[in-house]
Amino acid sequence: MVSNGSESSRILNEIENLKSSKIEIERQISVLEAQLRDINGNKDHETNSNSTSPCSPLSNNGDLGFGHGLSPDMIYRYSRHLLLPSFGVQGQSSLLKTSILVVGAGGLGSPALLYLAACGVGRIGIVDHDIVELNNLHRQIIHSEAYIGQSKVESAAAACHSINSTVQIVEYKEALRTSNALEILGKYDIVVDATDNAPSRYLINDCCVVLGKPLVSGAAVGLEGQLTVYNYNGGPCYRCLFPTPPPTTACQRCSDSGVLGVVPGIIGCLQALEAIKVASGVGEPLSGRMLLFDALSARIRIVKIRGRSSQCEVCGESAAFTQQQFREFDYEKFTQSALSASPLKLKLLPAEARISSKEYNERIAKGEAHILVDVRPAHHYKIVSLPNSMNIPLANLEARLSELSTVLKKGEEQTGSGSAASLYVVCRRGNDSQRAVQYLHKMGFTSAKDIIGGIESWAHDVDSTFPTY
Amino acid sequence: MQLTLEFGGGLELLCESVKIHNVNVDPAEDGGDKLTMKSLLAWVRTNLIKERPEMFMKGDSVRPGVLVLVNDCDWELSGQLDTTLEEKDVVVFISTLHGG
Repeated sequence: MVSNGSESSRILNEIENLKSSKIEIERQISVLEAQLRDINGNKDHETNSNSTSPCSPLSNNGDLGFGHGLSPDMIYRYSRHLLLPSFGVQGQSSLLKTSILVVGAGGLGSPALLYLAACGVGRIGIVDHDIVELNNLHRQIIHSEAYIGQSKVESAAAACHSINSTVQIVEYKEALRTSNALEILGKYDIVVDATDNAPSRYLINDCCVVLGKPLVSGAAVGLEGQLTVYNYNGGPCYRCLFPTPPPTTACQRCSDSGVLGVVPGIIGCLQALEAIKVASGVGEPLSGRMLLFDALSARIRIVKIRGRSSQCEVCGESAAFTQQQFREFDYEKFTQSALSASPLKLKLLPAEARISSKEYNERIAKGEAHILVDVRPAHHYKIVSLPNSMNIPLANLEARLSELSTVLKKGEEQTGSGSAASLYVVCRRGNDSQRAVQYLHKMGFTSAKDIIGGIESWAHDVDSTFPTY
Repeated sequence: MQLTLEFGGGLELLCESVKIHNVNVDPAEDGGDKLTMKSLLAWVRTNLIKERPEMFMKGDSVRPGVLVLVNDCDWELSGQLDTTLEEKDVVVFISTLHGG
């Protein structure tokens, strides 16, 4: 590791240099592309020169006198839509006049945005505060390696634009909050919820109810997905179904539970489809029904859900949920979880029951006799683990306490001095390790300490070549 | 009474990761020949839920965030806890997902 240090820092430097030249080149390209668009745009817009503001009213500009407002380019580009008897010119014209906001440019938003841009939705807004990371790319297919470290919104907007340069894309590189949601959602006809957490889902729902916007809601975790359309045509809203938020422990996140990339892909595609149906007025949108997708058994079930609830606190008959109340509502408190899906950081233990990964490393170097217990689930342990650790998943700790006692006793015999071997506990991020140490203290293993920040801190502070996931 | 019970959205983790359970529930437990959802829930909690029952139930109903479907229909439409079940009914318990 040490001997490779200078070589790896040289490579890192070179990567940094190349990345900054790449960003500069990309900037130059986008400046030139914008110039080109301006030149072409001015040609197209000779009779309609007021379309400079990012949220200008949508209008078609190539009316050929057939009454549908489609230009020759549009007729050719969307010809396969126009050829559908049930969709046709009418459906396409409606799409071109519709504005759709997609909240979240992640696993769901990626395919939804690609299809919405490709199919010619007039204006598309994209909201996300996040940046593209390598571990996003297996499912967030709108982003490419070149955009790692850059804003998801910029990356998604560039991808949409490269598919269809005639669509207006509006970028919101910010988190959706009660302070900006009314203003942003107010500019769109349809909202697509492609977020990844409970407070955002309640926030978006309530804002849609207050503004009277249909909401296409999708979710996916692991190998399952769910989809429905809320607040549409007298149908229920999210709160009619889920008036009380679930306990935070019931909210699985992709970063903890995993997700098969294609699963949000499928749900995101279906969200685009439902948005297109609502926009074009074609077909029966999935309102009052919910689609449940189980990837493992290849089953899709569509169930009938309750209608609008008269007792709903937001959309019910006697509900008086105003814009002002929305602005003042605390969604993080309501759902007991943060709007940005940042990992939980527990503090259960006193400082003397914890050590940092650096300190642990120093103790190994000194040859301290110890037992290291890794309490992550077995399938996590298989991905990567610290040397000389034993895996006892937190869920099995109680059942395997005697095993732990035996190992500790053996360690004691080896030290020879009669002094007990130390007991350290590690997990992925340092939450479960604290829960485990708390339990171990209670069960008499009073010397147990947890490694602060788990193997992530080991990778960050001790060994930068140690894989993270 | 033969019933098919299905768990999804992560609830299957509470019953040893088995999603579909074909079960035989005795309606007599309910003091008659009918089985209500209320007593089915109690039966499920006793016989199928192997860990963290608070992730499945709250009081005598399901916890917030769980949808209950009787024959592909929201149990709100059939009387919730008072819904009476019949032979070969399919009851689905699904936890709402938030991820994306």
